[in-house]
Order: sequence, then C-alpha cells, then structure tokens
Amino acid sequence: MSLSPVEGVALAEIESPDEGDDSGRTEFVGRSPGQLALARLKRDRTALISGGLLAFFVLVALAVPLIEALYGVGPKEQFQNRLDGYGMPLGYAGGVTGEHWFGLEPGLGRDIFIRMVHGLRTSLFIAFAAAVLTAVIGVTLGTLAGYLGGWLDTVINWITDLTLAMPFLIIALALMPTVALRFYGQREAVPAYFQIGVLIAIFALFGWTGTARLVRGQIIALREREFVEAARASGAGLGHMLFRQLLPNAWAPILVAFSLAVPQYITSEAALSFIGVGLTDETPSFGRMIYRSLDYLQTDPAYVFFPGITIFALVFAFNLFGDALRDALDPKSSR
Amino acid sequence: MTRFLIRRLLSAALTLFAVSVLSFLMFFALPRDPVTGMCPKNCNPERLERVRQELGLRDPLISQYAGYMKGIFTGRDLGSAQGGRCDAPCLGWSYVSNEAVSDTIARVLPVTLSIVIPAAILWLLLGVGLGMLSALRRGSWLDRAAIGFSLTGASLQLYFVGAVLLIVFVYNLRLLPVPSYTSLFENPLKWTSGLVLAWVALAFLFSAIYARLSRAQMLETLSEDFVRTARAKGLAKRKVYGRHALRAAITPVVTIAGLDVGGALGGTVITETTFGLNGMGRTAVDAVRAGDLPTIMATVLIAAVFVVLANVVVDLLYAVIDPRVRLG
Repeated sequence: MSLSPVEGVALAEIESPDEGDDSGRTEFVGRSPGQLALARLKRDRTALISGGLLAFFVLVALAVPLIEALYGVGPKEQFQNRLDGYGMPLGYAGGVTGEHWFGLEPGLGRDIFIRMVHGLRTSLFIAFAAAVLTAVIGVTLGTLAGYLGGWLDTVINWITDLTLAMPFLIIALALMPTVALRFYGQREAVPAYFQIGVLIAIFALFGWTGTARLVRGQIIALREREFVEAARASGAGLGHMLFRQLLPNAWAPILVAFSLAVPQYITSEAALSFIGVGLTDETPSFGRMIYRSLDYLQTDPAYVFFPGITIFALVFAFNLFGDALRDALDPKSSR
Repeated sequence: MTRFLIRRLLSAALTLFAVSVLSFLMFFALPRDPVTGMCPKNCNPERLERVRQELGLRDPLISQYAGYMKGIFTGRDLGSAQGGRCDAPCLGWSYVSNEAVSDTIARVLPVTLSIVIPAAILWLLLGVGLGMLSALRRGSWLDRAAIGFSLTGASLQLYFVGAVLLIVFVYNLRLLPVPSYTSLFENPLKWTSGLVLAWVALAFLFSAIYARLSRAQMLETLSEDFVRTARAKGLAKRKVYGRHALRAAITPVVTIAGLDVGGALGGTVITETTFGLNGMGRTAVDAVRAGDLPTIMATVLIAAVFVVLANVVVDLLYAVIDPRVRLG
C-alpha cells in the first residue's frame, strides 16, 4: 500500500553495493545487499529505537497469558466497587492505582491495562496476518501481470482499478454483518475468531492493489534487462524466471511495502472496531475502547488517552521503522 | 484531447457498472434473506412476505438489478407501501426510516460536503505549501519542524485527535459549541463554528501526509538536470521553482489528492462518528446497523461515483499539467 515509487532500488543494488562500507578499511569482502542493509540499519539511531519499541510491543503481545497471570486481573473482570454512584472510577486520572495501572473503564469497571494488552495482541495478529496475505496476493498478481503482460496485464490492471474504486470502509462495514449473517443466525453470537478471520479476509481483498502495482512496475523494469534476457535465452522455465531471476531482485521494495502495510492494518482494524463493525465488545480492541471513551470525554478524559497514545506509539514506531528500512535498503538514499 | 476524454469517460462508466453489479450481488444475493434485516424486530410473517413481494425478491436477480438501475435513470413505480411513484434518481425505499432513500441522501450529503470541501482546501494548501517550502529550505529548522509534523501526523488517528480537540476546545476552554451542522445558507457563522473542529482534525492528519509526499517529490525534482539547466541559463529562482519544478513535482500529489478527496466525499465515517455529525458516513453506518439494504446500497454507489469522478478529474488535470499524457 506504500504509494511512493521505490523504483531503481533493485537496479542500483545489483550495480554497485559498495557505498555502505565502513570507512578506513580496504578489505574486499563480498557482502550481500541484505547484509549491507542490516549493517546500515544497525547504524541508524531511529531504526534502533523504533525497532526496539516494536520488539517490546511484539513481546508484550506474545506474553499476554504471562502478563495476565502476573498482573492478576482478567480482561472481563469488573470492579464495580471501585466506581462511584454514577459509574465513574474513583481516584485520579480515571482510577489509576497500584492495582489498576491505567485505571478502570467508566460504567463497566473493567481494567484498562489488561484490556489494552489483549487488544494489542489482537491488533498485531490481524495486522501481520493481513499484511502477509496481501503481500502474497499482490506479489503473485503483480509478477504475473508484469512478466506475462498482454491481456492478463490488462485484466489485472482493471481489477486493480475496480478495487480502488470501491469505498473500502463502507464496503467493509456492509460486508462484515452480511458475512456473519450468512454463517450465523440473527441472534446467535458470532465468535471472536470468526470476526478476526473476516477482518483479515476483507483487508486482504482490498489491500493487495498497492503491492501488485509496485511489483508489476519492478518486474517490467527488470524484464528487459540483460541478465533476464540471458536466462530466457538459455531456456529457463517460467518458475525459474520468476523465482530465481526476477523476484530476488525486487524483494527490497516488497519488504518496505510490507513493513508500511502493517501499521495501516492496525489503523484500519481500530477504525472498523471504532465504527462498531470490526470486533465486538467481547474482544478487547483499541478502536472499541476509544469509541466507548467518546461518551466520557467530559467526565473521564483520561479514558481516551491510554488507548489513544498507545495506538499512536505503535503506528508511529512502525512508520519510523518502515522509513528507516527503506533508507537502509536504498543505496541511493542520502542518509 | 477529446479522444482521451471519451476513452477515460467510457472506462469510468465501465468501472461504475462493475461496482454497481458487485455491490448489488453483495447486498442482495449474499445474505440468507435480505428482508429479515430490513424489517423491524416485531415483524410478523405476513408482513415479511408482503415486503418480499414489494421488493420483487421473488424475481430473478437480473430483473431485480435491471429494475434498480432503471429506477436510478428514469424512475419507477414502487408499491404503495413504498411511497408509490419514485422519481428519477430513485434509490429505493427504506423500511427503516420510512422514506425514499434519495430524500435521506439529499439531507445528509450537504453535511459531508460541508465537512470535506473546506477541509480539503485547508489540507492541500497547508500540506503542499509546507512540503514545498521545506524542500526548498532543506535542512533548516522549518524543514525539521515539517518532518516532525508529518511523521507525527501520519501516525495519529482521527478519532484520537478529534477527541483531544473536543476535550480542549469544547469541554475545557468552552470556546466552541458541541459540533453540529447548520446549513451554510442559513447561518454561515454557525456553520463554521459547528464544523471547524472537524476541518482542523481532517486537515491536520491529511496535510501531514501531503507535506511529506510533496517534500519528497520536490526534492527529487530539484535534483534533476532540467532544474539545473534552467538555473544555469539564468532563469530567476522563483520562475524555476515556481513553474518548472512545481509542475513536475505536483503530479503525484494530484493523483493522491484526487483519490483522497473522492474517497472522503463518499462519507467521512470516522470524522462524522467522532464529532457526532450526521453525514453520508454516519448514514451508511446506521444503515448497516439496522440492516437497511437500500440505503447501504445507495451510499456505496454514491461513494463509488465520487471516487470514479475524482479519478477522471485527476486524469484531466494530468493532461493539463503534463502534456505527455495527452499526446501519449
């Protein structure tokens, strides 16, 4: 879904990947573009900090059961005795105490911290799964369109245009309940894993266009180059052409697109849950929490800040890391 | 130019046709029975059956679709329960709100337009201006501030920014009333004060993206040979940057602006939910909640029309900005 053209990354990489060498030493060790990029990433302060923050978030998401056990509060437990007569949490900043680090939800009195930890896990899982799926679909279609060209290219391009013309949010909005209605009755509860699955599917259905365009452009640029022609002349089959000749030279922009797609899905999931069609209140989610907090902006402003700032930090870290990755993979970049 | 225009319009029409078929299938064919969602909770079997009859759900899908499309272009007769004769842009009858869908749209579309158009002007001016300036003054404090601004803005969420704005300006400082929509022609002052927070929130987030994009584009253009040549042969700085470089740098910005504005006109769901304004986006959400299929269908179609139209406008602008498009 990244919109910026990363053209020429692959081209320049093949030509002379020697710019990133540490100065001083003139020892000629062959290093792959990947090793070079890693070395540059390690020298980039922004990349290190944002990468560290991301690692922390992922770690928290993976360790949910452990955190829950140590923290001693579940996501569905209600602490009505800590609310006042109007359902507002007692104490300062929405009821922040040693037991409830981020306070309590007004009304239901559930612990905000543990719900956010759970929400983080759901959010990251959906985002990563959707990003992997879109990358697979986008790379496949983009490669086919770019390499084979002809009518296939036309058709795939047209489908891309069509997908872009569909209003994503509204379609997703309309599709979620319709699909749920197809499999579950009007009054049956829809299980959380089903909602998560449908969300991932919808993201994949609408998100592949960016990657497909990007890959198609890359492949078209590579298609006419000498080494590809040489491989074709020596009689390489389609599979060899695609997987051994073309794609290895286009992985850098694909990786960047992937890393920038993840925060977009985090945002989209939160947005859908915010509107009330993504996940229901059963499954903790950032979007849902912020939606609930809108009713309490006046009385309990602290409620909106915990999830709001966390999702900002998460998306910010992903965006920074994606940018750093792009710079590290781009031999022409000035940083 | 005319040929280019005709070709572009034809492909736009084809896309719209495909969107209408797809959404029709999605909403009318996919659910087990669209009527159960359309009828209020205490619906008895007879009434359900009558609704089915009135909607023509017993007919084959193709004739249902044909009837729907005919209604949009020439109007059609709905049953007496659906308000009888339904004139030209007939989008059906909503059982939930008990009115013609086109009336609902006529009521809520101005709200969305009032949110999006001023916000878009604001975010384009602010974003592109900031991006261009920071590219021209690369490395200065202004540039650094612009980078910080665009990085932060690109990661912020509209509902969060909106909530903070509400807390500060409405609930704490009490400078502004709780956001609401008044017609511009009725009371321009109230129109502004009711919507200004939505404009600011939208413009803040979008201008961050545009600043970043136009900065990158401008930097790339400035390093090109033709800019150096123009400077070398003695053209004034203002002329080179303002005309030559700007023209080349702005094309990708125009593409994305078209997509964004077109998309936003179809309904700014999040903005409208955050500020409690009842525009196209809110209507779509409420229709989905209530299972009001004719309204959902209409909002999707209108949103698609805006996106496709915006694409056509972008292509025309392209042809104006970049002569190669016209000739190629």
